Amino acid sequence: MKNKIRKGLLTGFTLLLTAGLTACGNNTNTNNSAAATDAATNTTSTPAAAEATKAPSKEPVELLNVSYDPTRELYESYNKAFAAYWEQETGQKVTIKQSHGGSGKQSRAVLDGLEADVVTLALGYDIDALQEKGLINEGWQAKFEHNSSPYTSTIVFLVRKGNPKGIKDWPDLLKEGVEVITPNPKTSGGARWNYLAAWGYALDQNNNDEAKAEEFVKKLFKNVPVLDTGARGSTTTFVERGIGDVLIAWENEAYLSVKELGPDKFDIINPSESILAEPPVAVVDKVVDKRDTREVSEAYLKYLYSEEGQKIAAENYYRPTLDSVKEQFKDQFPEIKLFTLADKFGTWKETQEKHFNDGGVFDKIYVPGS
Amino acid sequence: MGVTIAAAAKRKVLPGFGLTMGLSVLYLSLVVLLPLSALLFNSTGLSWVKFWDVATDPRVLASYRVSLSTAAAAALADAVLGLLLAWVLVRYEFPGKRLFDALIDLPFALPTAVAGVSLTALYAPNGWIGSWLAPLGLKVAFTPLGITLALMFIGIPFVVRTVQPVLEDMSRELEEASATLGAGRWRTFRSVVLPELIPPLLTGFALAFARGIGEFGSVVFISGNMPMRTEIAPLLIMSKLEQYDYAGATAVALILLLISFLMLLVINSLQRWARKTSR
Repeated sequence: MKNKIRKGLLTGFTLLLTAGLTACGNNTNTNNSAAATDAATNTTSTPAAAEATKAPSKEPVELLNVSYDPTRELYESYNKAFAAYWEQETGQKVTIKQSHGGSGKQSRAVLDGLEADVVTLALGYDIDALQEKGLINEGWQAKFEHNSSPYTSTIVFLVRKGNPKGIKDWPDLLKEGVEVITPNPKTSGGARWNYLAAWGYALDQNNNDEAKAEEFVKKLFKNVPVLDTGARGSTTTFVERGIGDVLIAWENEAYLSVKELGPDKFDIINPSESILAEPPVAVVDKVVDKRDTREVSEAYLKYLYSEEGQKIAAENYYRPTLDSVKEQFKDQFPEIKLFTLADKFGTWKETQEKHFNDGGVFDKIYVPGS
Repeated sequence: MGVTIAAAAKRKVLPGFGLTMGLSVLYLSLVVLLPLSALLFNSTGLSWVKFWDVATDPRVLASYRVSLSTAAAAALADAVLGLLLAWVLVRYEFPGKRLFDALIDLPFALPTAVAGVSLTALYAPNGWIGSWLAPLGLKVAFTPLGITLALMFIGIPFVVRTVQPVLEDMSRELEEASATLGAGRWRTFRSVVLPELIPPLLTGFALAFARGIGEFGSVVFISGNMPMRTEIAPLLIMSKLEQYDYAGATAVALILLLISFLMLLVINSLQRWARKTSR
């Protein structure tokens, strides 16, 4: 019996070894293709209106844009516009696949081998992580205008119609009996902007006194009854479940909620001061060099700054950065006093370490018994 | 036991022991052992001190407490309810029994996130059920009670499907004999039926419990994710990954794995003991 067991184990491990060796050859690739097919469900194809007479000067090309959740609608329209523009300019057909998910999750997918030509994420921090692993060259943030953020947004409040709790500005969120809905900054990139907006406001009100700002944010989070893992989850909690008096949200998400769920149910409140949320874009250098798609990938991001790209962003409730388009949409985006991350916090790396990493300020806010 | 194995070997239903055992080892390695060693390997980025720090952080400890207590409560409730369901399914005939039987497996088939979203919709303070409970001061969604409810939903098929076949095989004659000997219904149940059912009940409990500890999708929606109160351990793994802290995430995962494995071991030996004493 013992002999038989030994023989059995031996057979098993031999088989295992053979399987392991054969798998080794392409083990990075299997990982990729599985992730790619999984993520890239949304395909926008080029208009089929190619002239038959004009021989295509270049082979058709396919790009993968890995983005975060709320940009789905934005890139659906933008991809169509860019494909048409690119074909007209160069005669090359381009198909862009979209992949959406939580910003950090998307960045990790790229780290783990999802072959994205470009990333368009919610936080610079998520792109920094790609740079640290050598996927993106240093200095990516200076590559395109406005810190590589073609469109921006800010943090506003969504309240129930008629604003029954009379919420006008940040201090109103600290009042007793006001329930505030925001996702967890530890699991949601968007929520980090919410937290920083409140923190920055408190700094300005208290002569940059950090301790007072911490007290302010701590009090605010005491009024949060539910911490969802992501921004869309929080929107559901507020809108569908009817929980809470105010939702802290990105401006574009707030407008989208009002548009989709009925202007008769919610009001948008602009605080006196908020943060300029800069969702950045970058070319994934390692991937475009390997796939030979650098030219079209760079053009893809650059065109976001064009008049047409900016208009599409504005129509999707992102604040445009081009002055002419800003002018056209000035009624849609009221003036709010805005500060940037660099104004108040420095780089994303420093901010993340100080506030959101384990043992950081956000964790301290939740020490037992507080 | 030894006799049956020897007899089976003589009959050779499957080809030689060497090959079958070999394939089993291969399968187990690919599906279970390799992923687990990858997990271990990932956590080697941490020193022991750091590992201990991560694993015993108060917030992490609190999340284990939430995960374990709700999973245990849910598995216990499932053991009682599952026995009842299995009993009804085996012992009674009623119209729609087939449908009823199929419904039991639904939590297996449903993506857990769907369960989470629909349970939250029901039990949120403005939901169908929640709006009735709210005036009574009973909060379900966004409390440990809500998590337990979600885990009960996820775990119930484990109990029913392990108890059901044993109940089906149980001969009625034993109960009848017990009755002719003058035992009442309760006595018959306690001394004749229940001992037979304890091993499958324990298995069902263990499976539901182990599943509950690791459950993520159905819980994050209904738990409210409040640190130190309703935050489950798998959520902390996600939160560490958001910081690109792969090693830290694996440290939490490893502890979770250890707990699940220990639980299964304990319950397996309990089961063996129960089987022995019931014979």
